[in-house]
Amino acid sequence: MPEVRTADKLNKKYLREDMWPTIFCNGCGHGVVLDYTFWAIEELNLDMDKTVFVSGIGCSSRLPGYINADGLHTTHGRAIAFATGIKAANPDLNIIIFTGDGDCSGIGGNHLIHAARRNIDITVIMINNFTYGMTGGQLAPTAPLGSVATTAPYGNIEHPFDICELCKALGANYVARWCVTHPYQPIKSIKEGIQKKGFSIIEFLSPCPTAYGRRNKLGDIKKHWKWYDDNVILIEDYNKIMTYGPDEEKEKIKNKIQCGVFQDIEKPGFFEQYAKLVERLQEKQVKGGKK
Amino acid sequence: MKYKRDPELIRSVLGDKVQFILGDMACVYGGLLAGCSFFGGYPITPASEVTEGMARRLPRVKGTYVQMEDEIGSIAAVIGATWGGAKSMTATSGPGFSLMMENYGFAAMTETPCVIVNIQRTGPSTGQPTLGAQGDMMQVKWGTHGDFEAIALAPSNVQECMDFTIDAFNLAEKYRNPVCVMADGEIGHLRERVVIPDEKDLEIIDRVPATIDKNKFIPFTNSQTRNSKVPDFPTFGTGYHTYVTGLTHNEKGFPATDKQPDHEKLVKRITTKITDDLDKLTNVEKLHLDDAETVFVTYGASARPAESALEMARAKGKKVGMLRLKLVWPFPYKEIQKLASQVNKIIVPEMNLGQIVHSVREYAGGQCEVVSAPKIGGEMHLPHELYAYLEGN
Amino acid sequence: MIEIKDDWCKGCGICIERCPVGALEESDKLNKKGIHPARLKEKNECNFCRLCELICPDLAITVIPDEEVRKDVKKSLLSPIGGKGK
Repeated sequence: MPEVRTADKLNKKYLREDMWPTIFCNGCGHGVVLDYTFWAIEELNLDMDKTVFVSGIGCSSRLPGYINADGLHTTHGRAIAFATGIKAANPDLNIIIFTGDGDCSGIGGNHLIHAARRNIDITVIMINNFTYGMTGGQLAPTAPLGSVATTAPYGNIEHPFDICELCKALGANYVARWCVTHPYQPIKSIKEGIQKKGFSIIEFLSPCPTAYGRRNKLGDIKKHWKWYDDNVILIEDYNKIMTYGPDEEKEKIKNKIQCGVFQDIEKPGFFEQYAKLVERLQEKQVKGGKK
Repeated sequence: MKYKRDPELIRSVLGDKVQFILGDMACVYGGLLAGCSFFGGYPITPASEVTEGMARRLPRVKGTYVQMEDEIGSIAAVIGATWGGAKSMTATSGPGFSLMMENYGFAAMTETPCVIVNIQRTGPSTGQPTLGAQGDMMQVKWGTHGDFEAIALAPSNVQECMDFTIDAFNLAEKYRNPVCVMADGEIGHLRERVVIPDEKDLEIIDRVPATIDKNKFIPFTNSQTRNSKVPDFPTFGTGYHTYVTGLTHNEKGFPATDKQPDHEKLVKRITTKITDDLDKLTNVEKLHLDDAETVFVTYGASARPAESALEMARAKGKKVGMLRLKLVWPFPYKEIQKLASQVNKIIVPEMNLGQIVHSVREYAGGQCEVVSAPKIGGEMHLPHELYAYLEGN
Repeated sequence: MIEIKDDWCKGCGICIERCPVGALEESDKLNKKGIHPARLKEKNECNFCRLCELICPDLAITVIPDEEVRKDVKKSLLSPIGGKGK
């Protein structure tokens, strides 16, 4: 049984305390994701000298500034491409990417698709608050149908993006989605994602009371957090009810957002394969002696 | 795999000492000789041969090659790889260069050394993909938003493609700035003889890694170990816990977006670190300037017909000279000022509608006449066309 | 024992709302930003489950377990993910 580690000791080890308190609003879920990441890193005992945090632009992307480790705060949507380069130069580094829903699936969609397809060994923690929070609440690709944003003042007529389904289809090694409101499963999931070789993506549904909640009648912070309790369901429960449940139950849960681990497979990562290719070439060169 | 530059392995992969190769391939050879260990590329005519050459040769010298999904991803991966400890480069042409502008500025702001080879082609937009031009010469200096200093070299033949790529890596590492090799479709797709230099004739400059105590190290200020405005480089994974951001940052690297003095200090340092060394950086070739009355100021591919026109003129007894700019940015304005005071007329042949001619005119300061000799459409100037500028008018 | 860093608390009230035994409340004092930070009630049923410590968005809460003071849980006010099973 590991010794109890208090938050105070955790902060001293991993947080840049002079940057705190954060720029995040009252009731924002980003600080909670940081907290879960710290606990996961602590339980895995990762070497902070060999861990790099990369992020794009947005509220979620401010997180590496608070972590006492190497951090790269890049341009909007390109965090995953930068991370591919860092991993290529030094495959021994652990790379964790903090990105948001607009950053990752909007402008950064192409990079997400190809990194997942190539199975680059990185862990993407995508914090989904259904909006572009930092710039004031514009419409995001993941916003639910009918929601209100500053650039969709009469209601959203686009269908939302299910990023976990996309990553599953691309064959990413680990795909999961969790809600910020319940701590234990996310911490375990982040641990699994970091340990997994190959592309891991963990989506976090996080409240944004200031930019999203206010405009969509989710009331104050407490009501907004309660909304997640009522509208989220575990995959296992969803499948059980859909297979065996009565029709009224099915109606009730039909539109709820599913949470859990969607995919957990083992496929070799891109740089592992590349290292094998280089070895093969070296042998051929030594044997053949010619170009 | 962590890369270690192995001169023997590189030369065994490159092959014979004297070869007959494409300009694009010469850029590949230059990169490998300089110790490039990461290439992130994307196919584009006429630079596809660079990315193909790297795909073939880089794994054999134990470097890493990734074909990224687009040019934006390429330059992003190149910058990331530099922070991971590699020497990295990418190659593209006009349309790709335009896409890379945002991250080019990011590399300048975060002081990341990297090399971008731009095999220019006619524009604007898709233009004439297979034909060369010199249409990006101003873009390399002003293309990205904000204030920064560009370093750009313009090779005129295939041997220079190789030599200037090696120089580009050295300059990038020395000044911690992105450096562009502005070749063009004509030179890129030209085959000429190159001589691969011996190891003893090569000068390879590496970045100065951070070595002082982690608690005392300040990442974004003048170097703490030598007299230089270029800070030491804290590679990721060496325990310095550096925070690198494209936002305006203070000396420790943290955002300082609402402070005017921090921004001014930062941007002035990253620009003056290069402009202070203008005399050391200036690299020009002078032909027959001693008694010249009319001078061609050229760079890149248009220097070749200009030299022929020069020889035609000298054969007829005209007092003509040529100043070839090997390093185009930072602009060698002192050379131009000096030249303008000595001659009557400067002619600037360019494969565009006049870009570098504006800088020449600015620094000539009215001391002599400055004439632009543009030619667009993918064809190089013909010597007799340039000779016509010398007659009478 | 629960320690709350007063100057880090933003007054979002999530710890107060989510405590399974309702052991936290808003205090009367004001911190530097004009917020009433949270604090442990005088008569509380805290059993050191550490949910407040894990869920605080500002990492302001530290739970220091003290075996003698721990109380047993009589009835939880929380529901698991999905909202069922109370």
